[in-house]
Amino acid sequence: MATLAEINKQDGAPELRWRARLLYVILALSFLGLISRLVFLQVISGERYTFLSENNRVRIKRVAGTRGMIFDRQGQLMVDSRPSFDLIFVPEDASEPQETLRLLARYLKRDENELFKIFEEGKGRAAFDEMVLGRDVDWSAVVAVETHQLELPGISLRARPRRSYADGPMAAHILGYLGEINQRQLKILRDQGYAVGDEIGQYGLERRWEELLRGQSGGQQVEVDALGRRVRVLHEVTDVPGYTVHLTLDRELQATAYEALKGKEGTIVALDVGSGAILALASTPAFDPNIFARGVKSEEWSGLITDQLRPLSNRATQGQYPPGSTFKIIMAIAGLEEGVVQPEAYIQDPGFFPFGNRQFRDWKKGGHGAVNLHRAIVESCDTYFYQLGPKLGIDRIAKWARAFGLGEKTGIALDDERAGTIPDTEWKRKRFHQPWFPGETVSVAIGQGYVTVTPLQLANMMAAVANGGKLYRPYLVSKVESLDGATVREYGPELIRTIELKADTINRVHKALADVVNGPGGTGGAARSPAVLVAGKTGTAQVVEMKGGYLKSEHLSYFNRDHAWFVSYAPVEKPQVAIAVLVEHGGHGGEAAAPMAKKVYEKFIEMQKPATETKQEVRAEGATRAN
Amino acid sequence: MLKEQPVQIDRRLISHFDWTLFLLCLAFVAVGVMTIYSANFDLDSGHAGALPARQVTWFGLGLIAMFIALSFDYHYIDRLAYPFYGMMLVLLVLVMAVGHTGGGSQRWINLGFFRLQPSEPSKLAIVLVMAKYFQSDEPARGYYLRDLWVPFLLVAPLVVLTLIQPDLGTAIILGTVFISIILMGGLRLRSFAYLVGAGLASLPIAWHFLKTYQRNRILTFLDPDRDPLGAGYHVIQSQIAIGSGRVFGKGFLHGTQNRLDFLPAQHTDFIFAVFSEEWGFFGCAILLLLYFIMIAYCIRLVQRAKDRFGALLVFGMVAIVFWHVLINVAMVAGVMPVVGVPLPMVSYGGSALASMMFAMGVMMNVSMRRYVF
Repeated sequence: MATLAEINKQDGAPELRWRARLLYVILALSFLGLISRLVFLQVISGERYTFLSENNRVRIKRVAGTRGMIFDRQGQLMVDSRPSFDLIFVPEDASEPQETLRLLARYLKRDENELFKIFEEGKGRAAFDEMVLGRDVDWSAVVAVETHQLELPGISLRARPRRSYADGPMAAHILGYLGEINQRQLKILRDQGYAVGDEIGQYGLERRWEELLRGQSGGQQVEVDALGRRVRVLHEVTDVPGYTVHLTLDRELQATAYEALKGKEGTIVALDVGSGAILALASTPAFDPNIFARGVKSEEWSGLITDQLRPLSNRATQGQYPPGSTFKIIMAIAGLEEGVVQPEAYIQDPGFFPFGNRQFRDWKKGGHGAVNLHRAIVESCDTYFYQLGPKLGIDRIAKWARAFGLGEKTGIALDDERAGTIPDTEWKRKRFHQPWFPGETVSVAIGQGYVTVTPLQLANMMAAVANGGKLYRPYLVSKVESLDGATVREYGPELIRTIELKADTINRVHKALADVVNGPGGTGGAARSPAVLVAGKTGTAQVVEMKGGYLKSEHLSYFNRDHAWFVSYAPVEKPQVAIAVLVEHGGHGGEAAAPMAKKVYEKFIEMQKPATETKQEVRAEGATRAN
Repeated sequence: MLKEQPVQIDRRLISHFDWTLFLLCLAFVAVGVMTIYSANFDLDSGHAGALPARQVTWFGLGLIAMFIALSFDYHYIDRLAYPFYGMMLVLLVLVMAVGHTGGGSQRWINLGFFRLQPSEPSKLAIVLVMAKYFQSDEPARGYYLRDLWVPFLLVAPLVVLTLIQPDLGTAIILGTVFISIILMGGLRLRSFAYLVGAGLASLPIAWHFLKTYQRNRILTFLDPDRDPLGAGYHVIQSQIAIGSGRVFGKGFLHGTQNRLDFLPAQHTDFIFAVFSEEWGFFGCAILLLLYFIMIAYCIRLVQRAKDRFGALLVFGMVAIVFWHVLINVAMVAGVMPVVGVPLPMVSYGGSALASMMFAMGVMMNVSMRRYVF
């Protein structure tokens, strides 16, 4: 503090005084600058700015960037954007809005009350904001508005690209749909240039690939006249179209799968065995994404979300079903690999399996007699696998099921995929705080009890069975390109894991699965095709446990009927495609699901025309047997 | 050593009360409340909501801050500077932890009955600690940059913390005020040139840390055609508002740009546009003249202060006012990129008003005591 006393003696600060003189100059120059700017704005350009301020002469017209196209693997167009017009009204530009609307209604031959209703609902908006009187209006309306422009102050047309799905509902669950951006999304995405009224992918690929498909909005800063008509464009930002997406999907195969399912609730997934590329993925009932493109009506929307058959659900990735007898493939592999099964040893099947104080019934009354592993798979003998279950134990079963990707999401690039459930002792303890009961293993052994899977998981499992143990991640998009054809991103097979399997295991399972379809007594005879040799496994997933005697599925009420499964691959000699079919409440897998898979395989072979020699090789062998 | 009592109610002090600064302050607040009223006035309901009254309440708190600031001898600020600075650091860190987010940045601490924006008083903290640091005589050769590592170390955390919020406007004010004081305090001009060079060289790095919207604003300013539909639109609308006021303005409550919500932040950072539209060039010139008079008066005070400490206090405070006015008006009039800087004592905002009135109190303090020995 000694210095303070010295300072006091100094009587101020002389060097500061000198510098302060400079401050006056800086101050004067700065304020002179500000004043000059104000003179320029208010005195020199005042008139022009006054003009612009009247009726808010400068407005913004946004133009959304054209969304990218989507092609199938053959280069066929699946999703496109076409030009369309929206009918726009800015009431502030009309001296008498009611009169304008009345006149408009007459020209368009629309009910004027309908227009008044939109007008009333739009009252709360900010001044000079646009009201949309009609989306995607037809050509006669466009002509009417253009012709009578002078009598309709405040009315204008806005060109807007509209999404168009060439095949309607055929691939709806993959392609998805667009919707208006909601408040929550807007809050997060405003920085990325989204604005109120923009469309954004809300489902399927449209949602997952939004960032690449979207493009960039452009727009114009325009000066309008007193009637809201554009006088001149002050600034313009051109919109940038989105990227083109190429799918692994085959449109023709997809159509075949969708047609096969039509009228049923179910799903078909077809995968490329060597890569995990999805060739077809159909789910029914479906919806038409085009109704979202033109603006879904509220009654349509509530119809879709309240429908008991859940058309918005993608059954292939979101449906979780007991795998039923298809799970015996996992059981057989686990049994062979763990050395628990002597494949050639026979057991006696009296038609039931006693365990504890319960009796587990075989689907076949009276039993299959003497069965070994091969016959047990071919005829889908429940008793054989009942006795195998406790020998393996739940934890070893779970280990092998998980190895094939069951109980975990496949990681396909679609939102809200489900994982299914592969139970084990650990899971049971966490979930129910209970120990695992051995009796539960018996149910799991035939794919009932707590086990659930998605059809996509089973298709992927079959691909891994077919190719000898390589589990790939299923994928839908092979390439993303810019408009000029430059590759932006490319996707190929992604190996999740290689499952170590003995050659003997693979051979035995392959042989048994081929005989399920093509051998005597096989349950999958309905998939037998003269065109291609198919291997597979049928399954029937119980929806309700049957306590009483045998009750045929067709005697149950619809929603209690069994789900039908058929999981498969083909051709047997050199597997290319794996297909999982699920028909909800379809009854027996061999009858309901297997024929659908056959149709898709035959279409696949037909598309590979040059390979006609396969046709001769595979001859029709005897009459088709019902299982 | 000092002989005065901490709080000295001396009749000489009362007679030397600085009416000039006090009345100027009242004038600015009056213009502010009036314009806030107009900016929020709703033609349909015929009233302007709660904000004008809230600003008046803050003015009351500001008066208390002002009288506290002038009641004790300003030499005690020498002891209070570091505690005050430390408190600001704590508050700014608190904002980061528990701050209230508004308009995309986390700037407020919710104190129940009101929200405090610590970045406003932190501007004062810089002046206090700098005046303390530079009060001793400067070396005859002037300061080299290497002599000034303490001041740099003091300002850096405040700038970083405000940039994180993000509050680019406050960070710029902190920077400009800091540089003003070290120049005034005796930094060699050659060293200053090095500093400017280093600053320019580090611009690309600073750019890297800016948020997307801040980059957009700067790019939009450099090239107005870049984003005419977003940030560029606000700048255009603000200029239309000012320009359409013409020479005499559209009259109180008769601004149209303002009324239709075309102006962004109309009662805070863009309040000058609202004022200009209604009062025209005439009104603007008077308002700017008042600022000019106030700043010139304070520069005079710098020259006449009793000691170096007092002179630097006044200089720092008036530098805050000067940079605020210059940046705010230039930004609203479209000659500078849009950064969030309020118009002192006029813009809506309690923390800013109370801090500014505290600054006025400090200057009045120095003014009153230049006769007392």
